[in-house]
Amino acid sequence: MKIIGAIAALPLALCGLGMAHAETIKVGVVLPYSGPNSDLGDQIDKAYDLYVKLHAKDLGDHKIELIKRDEGPASGANARTVVTELITNDKVKLLAGFVFSPSAIAAAPLATQAKMPMLISNAGTAWITNLSPYIVRFSFSMWDPAYQMGTYAATKFGCKTAAGGFTDFPPGQVSMLAFKTAFEKAGGKVVDEVRMGSPGPVPDFTPFFQRVKDEHPDCFYVFVPSGSHAGGVMKTYGDLGMRQAGIRLIGPMDLIPDYQLAHMSDAAIGLVVVSSYSDDYDTPINNEFVEAWHAAYGPDSYPDFESAAGMDTMAAIFHVINTLHGNLDDGAKVVDTLKGWKHDGPRGPITIDPETRDVIQDEHVEEVIKKPDGKLGVKVLETFPQVKDECKVLKVGRCGS
Amino acid sequence: MPPVVNTIVSILFDGLAWAMFLFIISVGLSVTMGLMGVVNLAHGAFAMAGGYLVLTATASWGVPFLASLIIAFLVVGCASVIFERTLYSELYGASELDQVLLTIGLAFMAIATYTYFYGPLPKAIHVPAYLSGELHLGARSFPTYRVFLIVVGAALVGVLWYGFERTNIGAKIRAAVDNRRMAQSIGINVDRLFTLTFAVGSGLAALGGGLSIQLLGLTPSFAVIYLVFFLLVVAVGGSGSMWGTLAAALVLGICDTAGKYLFADAGSFAIYAVAVLILLIKPAGLYGRE
Repeated sequence: MKIIGAIAALPLALCGLGMAHAETIKVGVVLPYSGPNSDLGDQIDKAYDLYVKLHAKDLGDHKIELIKRDEGPASGANARTVVTELITNDKVKLLAGFVFSPSAIAAAPLATQAKMPMLISNAGTAWITNLSPYIVRFSFSMWDPAYQMGTYAATKFGCKTAAGGFTDFPPGQVSMLAFKTAFEKAGGKVVDEVRMGSPGPVPDFTPFFQRVKDEHPDCFYVFVPSGSHAGGVMKTYGDLGMRQAGIRLIGPMDLIPDYQLAHMSDAAIGLVVVSSYSDDYDTPINNEFVEAWHAAYGPDSYPDFESAAGMDTMAAIFHVINTLHGNLDDGAKVVDTLKGWKHDGPRGPITIDPETRDVIQDEHVEEVIKKPDGKLGVKVLETFPQVKDECKVLKVGRCGS
Repeated sequence: MPPVVNTIVSILFDGLAWAMFLFIISVGLSVTMGLMGVVNLAHGAFAMAGGYLVLTATASWGVPFLASLIIAFLVVGCASVIFERTLYSELYGASELDQVLLTIGLAFMAIATYTYFYGPLPKAIHVPAYLSGELHLGARSFPTYRVFLIVVGAALVGVLWYGFERTNIGAKIRAAVDNRRMAQSIGINVDRLFTLTFAVGSGLAALGGGLSIQLLGLTPSFAVIYLVFFLLVVAVGGSGSMWGTLAAALVLGICDTAGKYLFADAGSFAIYAVAVLILLIKPAGLYGRE
């Protein structure tokens, strides 16, 4: 007993002597670890672990402990429970993760109530950052790619008409609205908006796509949750011969997550998306990142835009820990530290907008090509530098509140 | 082709392909349920296992796609016998709750096992060139893979029809579904029959799982996410009947496709509305016994 007491008293004694104040910072990680969309959680989980592994020494005497909990299904039904547990039982100092918008929406009031910083690594529904002053987003707003795509399709592709197909939940609705807003502003006309079922199991996309094919739009804008849905979209597009019918498939980056692109058939060649990341980007930081990823997870595992956002999220957490010397008790202070934070990550330069707490980053128009080694990759056609969430700039719907 | 005809052809064609997928997987579930009254919620797990076998065979062992489908049918069919003899045989006469708990438990264990070995990422398959692209038939073209799916489904209907209606074993199965005690009393070994139908049903599920990768992709959770469709087909068709399963698969498959095509906003609901309607009129299913 005496010995244990002595050991327990040791850190206190060291503090008293004016040594470095070493803290173990608990971070609650909320990602889908089970169910049909657990691949999305996996991409971010691997990024968090990789960053911690590569940069653990940057924290000096402090240590970081990731407490991982299952976000559960895309409906967000599990999120409140696990976030409550993390805050009250595990006493975490930060929350990070959130793949699905419904989860982030459900957890937002808890973040406000507990003054708990909530760092989002994916969930892209535009107005989520308005739901709590403790939310900081590192991934994107669905408006970022969709709005740019709308403008680009109408002006550069010369599409006069477009049809949209989207998975019927908040990010899908937001993505469709953003595309439509920009496309019609640039003189195009959206002829149909097809709701394509829930984000759970992958539906048979054929009826939806056949309907669009029969309408003969110039462009077909598709939003589906990244992951298993994307493969289905590409197959159906190829099988129905929509390209041969003169219908151009466009969308946000969720259509070609890098780890899926490797398995897609040649039907994907020529597809154009707007994205903030591809593992093909030839920058020193990204090359180093991709190399470290393959070294850690094998040559068949590829990082994607989610992983890139995951790396930046963890970099932000490290920044906060070092800036505040390990004392993260004041949630508001943590968020203030992140406002205006600038960072060079795998995606390139990003900034956290001090007003909206949303990320500002470059968006790239990318075309899927066959690389010289026979694999599918992307070629950047155009870059929109430092894109802000247009939804909050224009104050559309809930983005204005 | 006038647009209206074109639309109808589209719906019928896609609906038929979807119906064949539902039929191939559900028919085994229906017959085993009718025969022994065992509710096998792990049926989707056999389909998932078949899918992964096809995937491994084509991608890693270099087996041709069609041959790998046959391998999946045989291997999963044989493996299912082990489960039937060791686990399911304990369930005959057990309460429905026990059956549901054990079989859904098996499904979750299967998901965890396959996630461990294959990871949670969705897998895609590269089908041979002669099955991809479009097939030009008369005035319009159809996706080749779906034509293939319909042909396979139709061939299976023929084989199963022959098996059920024209063979001795088929007659015994029908007799046992009609009245198990009477069948046993005239010397039919219903346990053996059940093992056989269970193996064939699981094998067909595996075949369906392999065929569906091209349409739906494959993740370990395949075992449960499409289960509700299979159960719906069995409920609407009436358990124990091959014709009932076929009729239900056709009605639900075509209505589902039509609903999604014509009323995309609410279309995903059509399949449930039709199922509820049919069960209100015929509570035991289209071919079920009251």
